[in-house]
Amino acid sequence: MGSARLYAAVAAGGFRRYATYRVATAAGVFTNTVFGLILVYTYLALWDERPHLGGYDQAQAVTYVWLGQALFATLAIQGGGFETELMERIRTGEVAVDLYRPADLQAWWLASDLGRALFQLLGRGVLPFVFGAVFFPTALPLDPVTWLAFGVTIALAMVVSFGIRFLVALSGFWLMDGTGAVQVLMVTGMFFSGMALPLNAFPRPLGDIVTLLPWSALLQMPADVLMGRTDPLPAFAFQAGWAVVLLAVGRLVQGAATRRVVVQGG
Amino acid sequence: MGEAGRLVEGLRAYRLIAGMWIRSTLAYRVSFALTVAGGLMVTGLDFVAILLMFSQVDVLGGYTLPEVAFLYGLSATSFGLADLAIGSAGRLGSRVRDGTLDTLLVRPAPVLAQVAADRFALRRVSRLIQGALVLGYACAALDVAWSPVKVALVPVMLVCGGVIFSAVFVAGAAFQFVAQDASEVQAAFTYGGQTLLQYPPTVFGKELVRGVTFVLPLAFVNWVPAAHVLGRPYPLGLPQWAASAPPLVAVACCAVAGLAWRAGLRTYRSTGS
Repeated sequence: MGSARLYAAVAAGGFRRYATYRVATAAGVFTNTVFGLILVYTYLALWDERPHLGGYDQAQAVTYVWLGQALFATLAIQGGGFETELMERIRTGEVAVDLYRPADLQAWWLASDLGRALFQLLGRGVLPFVFGAVFFPTALPLDPVTWLAFGVTIALAMVVSFGIRFLVALSGFWLMDGTGAVQVLMVTGMFFSGMALPLNAFPRPLGDIVTLLPWSALLQMPADVLMGRTDPLPAFAFQAGWAVVLLAVGRLVQGAATRRVVVQGG
Repeated sequence: MGEAGRLVEGLRAYRLIAGMWIRSTLAYRVSFALTVAGGLMVTGLDFVAILLMFSQVDVLGGYTLPEVAFLYGLSATSFGLADLAIGSAGRLGSRVRDGTLDTLLVRPAPVLAQVAADRFALRRVSRLIQGALVLGYACAALDVAWSPVKVALVPVMLVCGGVIFSAVFVAGAAFQFVAQDASEVQAAFTYGGQTLLQYPPTVFGKELVRGVTFVLPLAFVNWVPAAHVLGRPYPLGLPQWAASAPPLVAVACCAVAGLAWRAGLRTYRSTGS
């Protein structure tokens, strides 16, 4: 019980930390809206040329764009959550202090990152999405159950996103300089999550492969559940499966790393 | 000292500072090579996204793949030039926030030159290389009767585009004096503008095209002059001479950005304690 309160406090701290920078948040909303605008026109042109590409009609493609902009910061699709901070702590050796704390390293950062994600969903995600829904024809469900299921997929996507980035951060124990790992995170995040193009619009064999990867749990699954293209339960199972696998691997790697960690300068 | 003297002095300071950062970067050659290779992948991905789109369609907004690649190559290369030369100015916000801009103000060199060369990142050359590769492919694949004017227009577009994007970077840096935390807004115009120009103008809403033609004249980086090269109708029905306007637009952008920079710098008050 005590530890649940601890992690709730850490999550609240993560939320408040990002909520402090209001101007930066407003700037982020503006930027996401501009990028959404650019992307939405290219998608409209694409779907104009090929109606029903990937099984989407134009309204669904538009909805997908604005959902992507809403979840871009929330799910740190290109990175930009806790991972750079943890890597810096690993590089400087400060991580030794973290390991000394009466809290679990993975659970601590998970809680803090969930707090951040929740703030960015509310602070940065909602407005571009509303803008898109007001000014463009979107395909949004009226059924509250679908919205509830959509909420669950976002929560699961947050955990999957954390699982991926935690592994990237832990690579710092071996690599020291995280620039390369962060770059890989950027590339894979943009491409395999469907941020550049919905995964169902990918050409055939490639599209089948990318939908099985963990990144498709980030944007594609919530989008498909929201627009009723997938039943919620299989989507939950897919996301939860990847969440468990990633967290378990993270745990194993964390164990290996802490056994071999030599604090810098120590 | 006259304006020309200040310009020479600024360029000299820029060269010295940038040179220092290049030497420091090249001290770790393997790391540098890997970073550039990684950067090529990152920047290459948005072209891969375009290739994936064209695996499903033959034309986008009426433009074929080589034509879109031409727009993309021009946009990415000129943006790459600006980003390499002056992209560091985009991080001015952090110096304003923590007050370290003070250090630059007391040095005997123009502040803009120092800000532009600050932490000069040679690795940004990857965007330039990637854009040039796509441009090379486009020029080879395009079905265009290359007249001498059209051939000459390509380097003119790259240089003027680089200057226009640089002006946007400087204006963005000036904005950060006032906005501080809002540095991300700048990305909407720099990276956003670059992404916008990768696609044909026919794709976008008329209002948006008007905005990037008459308000923030990014259309002169590639859309308008490239329409001449490709033999396409000009966006918004602009007159024929508009294709030769990029140098004028670039100069005007620099003037506006320069004024904005001076105004911004004057509002700098350093940090409290």
